[in-house]
Amino acid sequence: MNPDKSDSTVALFAERSSERAKAIELTVNGRNVQVEEGRHRVLLQVLREELKLTGTKFGCGEGQCGACTVLIDGRAVRSCITPVAAARGKKVTTIEGLANNGMLSRVQQAFLDENAAQCGYCIPGMIMSATALLEKHPNPGAEQLREEMNGNVCRCNNFLKIEAAIYRAAGHGREGR
Amino acid sequence: MKRINEFNEDHVVERYEQDEAPRYQFDLTRRGFVQILGAGLVVSMSGNSALASGEPLLSQNRSTKINERLHIGRDGIITIMTSKVEVGQGSRTEITQAAAEELKVSTDKIRLIMADTDLVPNDGGTHGSQTTPRTIPAVRSACAAAGILLMDIAAKNWNADRSKLVSGNGFISEPSSNRRISFGELAGMDEIAKSFDNAPGSDISVTPVNEWKVMGTTPSRVEGENIVNGTYQHPADILRPGMVYGKVLRPPAYNATLRSVDLGPARAMDGVTAVHDGNFVGVTAPTSHLAEQAVKAIEKTAQWDTEPHPSSKELFGYLKNNVSTGGGRGFRRRGGQNTGSIETGLNESTKTVKESYEIAYIQHVPMEPRAAVAEWNNGKVTVWTGTQHPFGVKNELVRAMRVSDENVRVIVPDTGGGFGGKHTGEVAIEAARLAREAGKPVSLRWSREEEFTWAYFRPAGLIETRSGIDDNGNIKAWEFINYNSGTSALATPYDIPNITTQFRACDSPLREGSYRGLAATANVFARESLMDELASAAGVNPFEFRLKHLDDGRLKDVLVKAAEDFDWENRSTLKRENRGVGLSCGIEKGSYTAACVEVEVDRKTGTIHVLDFLQTFECGAIINPDNLSAQVEGSIVMGLGAALWEEMQFENGKILNPTLRQYRVPRFKDVPPIEVVLIDRPDLPSSGAGETPIISVAPAIANAVFAATGVRVRSMPIKSDDLKTG
Repeated sequence: MNPDKSDSTVALFAERSSERAKAIELTVNGRNVQVEEGRHRVLLQVLREELKLTGTKFGCGEGQCGACTVLIDGRAVRSCITPVAAARGKKVTTIEGLANNGMLSRVQQAFLDENAAQCGYCIPGMIMSATALLEKHPNPGAEQLREEMNGNVCRCNNFLKIEAAIYRAAGHGREGR
Repeated sequence: MKRINEFNEDHVVERYEQDEAPRYQFDLTRRGFVQILGAGLVVSMSGNSALASGEPLLSQNRSTKINERLHIGRDGIITIMTSKVEVGQGSRTEITQAAAEELKVSTDKIRLIMADTDLVPNDGGTHGSQTTPRTIPAVRSACAAAGILLMDIAAKNWNADRSKLVSGNGFISEPSSNRRISFGELAGMDEIAKSFDNAPGSDISVTPVNEWKVMGTTPSRVEGENIVNGTYQHPADILRPGMVYGKVLRPPAYNATLRSVDLGPARAMDGVTAVHDGNFVGVTAPTSHLAEQAVKAIEKTAQWDTEPHPSSKELFGYLKNNVSTGGGRGFRRRGGQNTGSIETGLNESTKTVKESYEIAYIQHVPMEPRAAVAEWNNGKVTVWTGTQHPFGVKNELVRAMRVSDENVRVIVPDTGGGFGGKHTGEVAIEAARLAREAGKPVSLRWSREEEFTWAYFRPAGLIETRSGIDDNGNIKAWEFINYNSGTSALATPYDIPNITTQFRACDSPLREGSYRGLAATANVFARESLMDELASAAGVNPFEFRLKHLDDGRLKDVLVKAAEDFDWENRSTLKRENRGVGLSCGIEKGSYTAACVEVEVDRKTGTIHVLDFLQTFECGAIINPDNLSAQVEGSIVMGLGAALWEEMQFENGKILNPTLRQYRVPRFKDVPPIEVVLIDRPDLPSSGAGETPIISVAPAIANAVFAATGVRVRSMPIKSDDLKTG
């Protein structure tokens, strides 16, 4: 669903090869990417505008809602307040990078099975935060889950279904209900 | 039986955002002028709100032809067309279910084209909880009519006995002869094309509830997989070849007007275009960061004239002193009751209560701020944008851009939340103006601060009441005056001999408009709080007090069920320090809700903790149980925010809390245990359910806070220094 994905990266090299010295290199979903310095302020803008990876969403621009969450070296970060330079040399994973050859990740599948989405806008960020959470705590307790997920907002207020999806991904039933 | 629940078009009256004068009126370009003349159209330049607001809401296209509603492909895929949008409320899935049910096919045979003004009939906007009671029946009728015609043609072609044919899985078949023909093959026949070119007859019968196979169930959510794999495109995600990014220069305060600005510093930047047209100033650039830089550069040169603006601290006095007279919103006021005489009722009372209630402005805070992509081709503009009102936005674009109707196309991709907050087209117009300047497609996304400042708000309100009871605990008088917030659920459902309920429109200091539940939240908060105050004055349990004054059977049913399931009788008599239970009930948009809640108040900080929440909800026959329970649950939690924390603060024309750091919305940790009890009434038509569940939340909490502390808080949000003792 990102037809421009490979093209855009190639174009980036072609157009700005002369400026390689000023480029910031990072890895996004396993692919090397170079970004011209000064063209974007934060990582979110690189993902959405340069790489056309629009699954990562803008929600608040101040790291308060979690819609822009991606993984940097496995850690959940808010890409809307992450300066491009802070991603230099890092491995970035976005929602588009979670599935493996079209096979949804455990967390993605659980969100689908629990019908956890209403408008769906917060869901990529929720899934990225939950992925990092379960990596750290494979079997989170109710308080731990809420503590770790509290920075992700859902304005459809579908929190209980999202919580159920995370428990499902962790391999157990609906706790804390 | 009182008739307060009749569909009374309150939601039309309360769509204040639709009464606004146009925000932008751009200069006429030579090209645009020729187009208007060429098309022979007269474009009104006045602030005619009827034109701005688009179609009358209730048109709902009874006359929509079958071929405008649906298309059957050779491959048997059935495409349904509607102007309704998906903003998270589940309309895409529910309309799919309705079509599948009537055509007797599985949901994967159905495709929806939603809200593309070049392709879909105008079913009105997505507001007022109208998709379920109006659009779904329209889709069902068209599909049922199509199903009958397909069978008619098959019977005729086979020269078969029509009553011996069956329809299922996209085929008409004759079991006795093993003949069968697919919908796709039939659809290719001229007779079908001709017969589909008519509106479904008014006598078309749809599948009765007891025969539902797809409706009444919870199928997988349409588009569910794309949502979780990141490819689901919201309006902010639309990409067009050669697209650039826009940014608008905003005034520093409300009531600030631009005296002068120098676009030079922006135009000097690489790849930047800048435009100043009337009160509009904006730029485009190759990236959104560069667009921000360009706006910052010209912002420094801008000179503004400002005027005084009231502050939120003086809001309620301001509203009362600024009741509008004559035209405007007041002109369309209605929804009040006038029975008996308040003075007589008060004279007959042995105890009287005179209290007022205050409701703050709040913001919808959809996860996706307003966004649009606009692209011009040969004088026609196409705008992809997140709005609940595609044809209304189309009309706004026609006016603002001064082009003819056929030269505007609005497409609404499934949108990241609305809640009544996205009925207008300001971002679409801004993107269209920028795209015309840039000569390229432009993506414009509002920042969160822009959304918090320049979008419209749920109206603030002041509600003044006078009421009284006699020695037998009967309410004798009920006077209820609502300043500014609106008429939804203004009428009381309780049986009282002397009633005056009235709405008074005011000059609002902030831009205001629809919000989930409209003014029903404010009116039910005040009414249900006051009911508890009167129950307390009468020394009667609030549950018994309500029942005594209630003769609406459906409302009684939800209230009694809530009390039973919550164990109200027992829990309302328990005495525990700083803990208490409260209840409330209400009707809106044909749906019925009652809530019971237990709270604990931390008297050191005045913090209210919701320990347990139960809501009963009844909206007729249930179309999709999981989706309904998600709507109720979502309403409850959204209602917690408005009940406990949310309020716009403003001073000197500036919003003081325009960020999510300062404006607190509910989060995971705030969600209490919630029990949703759905009452299915297959014998009654389905009503909308996206809004009504929110109205019972705040009053139940305020009543529980009173039970816990003896402190009556008469404001939304429910907070008061009186709750602090430490």
